[in-house]
Amino acid sequence: MPLIMILYYIICAYIAGMLVWNFIREKKSVNDMLLYLLVMIPLVLRILRVK
Amino acid sequence: MSRVWIIKSILLLIIITLMIIAGAQLYEHRHFKLPIVAGQGVTKVAKLSDYAEGVKETVADTNVFYLEGKEKGGKMFIMANTHSNEPAAILTALIFVENALVDKGTLIIIPEFNNSAGRNTRPGDGYPLYYEIPTEWGSKKFRMGNRDASPLDQWPDPDVYVHYPDKQLLSFLDVRNTNRTWPGRPNGPLMERVTYGAMQIMREMEVDIAIDIHGAETMFPVTNCIVAPEKSMRIATMTSLTVKAREKFDNHVEPSPSGFRGLSHREIGDYSDTLPFLLEAPLPFLDQPTGPKTVKLLLDGKDPFLLSLSKKRKLFVPYDETGWPMEKRVGQHCSVILEIIRQFSRKFPERAVELRNVPRYADVVKNGVGHYYHDPDKVDKAVVHFN
Repeated sequence: MPLIMILYYIICAYIAGMLVWNFIREKKSVNDMLLYLLVMIPLVLRILRVK
Repeated sequence: MSRVWIIKSILLLIIITLMIIAGAQLYEHRHFKLPIVAGQGVTKVAKLSDYAEGVKETVADTNVFYLEGKEKGGKMFIMANTHSNEPAAILTALIFVENALVDKGTLIIIPEFNNSAGRNTRPGDGYPLYYEIPTEWGSKKFRMGNRDASPLDQWPDPDVYVHYPDKQLLSFLDVRNTNRTWPGRPNGPLMERVTYGAMQIMREMEVDIAIDIHGAETMFPVTNCIVAPEKSMRIATMTSLTVKAREKFDNHVEPSPSGFRGLSHREIGDYSDTLPFLLEAPLPFLDQPTGPKTVKLLLDGKDPFLLSLSKKRKLFVPYDETGWPMEKRVGQHCSVILEIIRQFSRKFPERAVELRNVPRYADVVKNGVGHYYHDPDKVDKAVVHFN
């Protein structure tokens, strides 16, 4: 895997981590909770090399 | 557990369930192996990585089938699934791999040229993951691929693709499009390494003719045609006229533009001695204003919206209630390829290619595409190759 691709996977994992963190911190808005999880789907699928 | 955490747990469970259901289907699609039965005419099966070290142990590596005649002659190279969402290409290539018997010269076939694109899909466009071709022994299942290689195999895309070596600026997506990355280079992005491998086959084997099989929208002018550069134009024109006269179907000739770089019909000719041809058959499935992108539409090409547009003369091909069935598209490709070989062999008898047992247009329309495929479960396992 070329270095640039590895860097992009790291960026992907970082953004997914930030979304998890925001999901955990969210206490009021169910909409936002759902939004964090939905945005996370493509990132997780990419990190797992599914899509 | 607080109310907030109960809601979060429920949401998380729903999302994980959806992700597993969708992810499992996509994973299975990416890892589905298509069995290809090497017919009696196949003398050798190599890998693209034998010619391009850069694709070794990557998803881009693919099977290369050799059909060598007893008598020496010319060499012909067929590539299919350069765009893996244009399935008439692989269906035609498999008819040659499974049936052709070469008497003179050599036929080299890559049925899944962009192997990564064949494992990619377009969920946003509602593409089916598979399609099946009915045969006399059941049905043969194929992966429905995408135009471009999977980002899992080549990522990230640049903002603009700077073509090598001409430095023409192309769309960012074209860095994953094996009909924009010709002639390629050994150490470039993965798709440039794929086209470099094909160029090496042509240079090392001294290939005379290269045919790249495609499909195109009915609303796109470059459809139902042979695209040829200046050096291939005479043979393309004779082929077009002959199939029209003898087999009663249109397949006009389009000149390969010299200012548009990266295309097989341009770069193969410019960077080797090979004569390139690109075949396009109409593919209503790719048109934008159609109904749902179903397997039925893919196979029969019938769509009420295209029919309506046809009546308003908005299409570039004849279109009626019969649509554009797969048999017609594959049959056209078979006949055009056989005619290109015949015309080339007439012009260069010392480099002639002679082959038999490949159906022509009328045969495929009459018998169906699946008639020419063999059951991989009922042949010697040694002749079954997976792509």
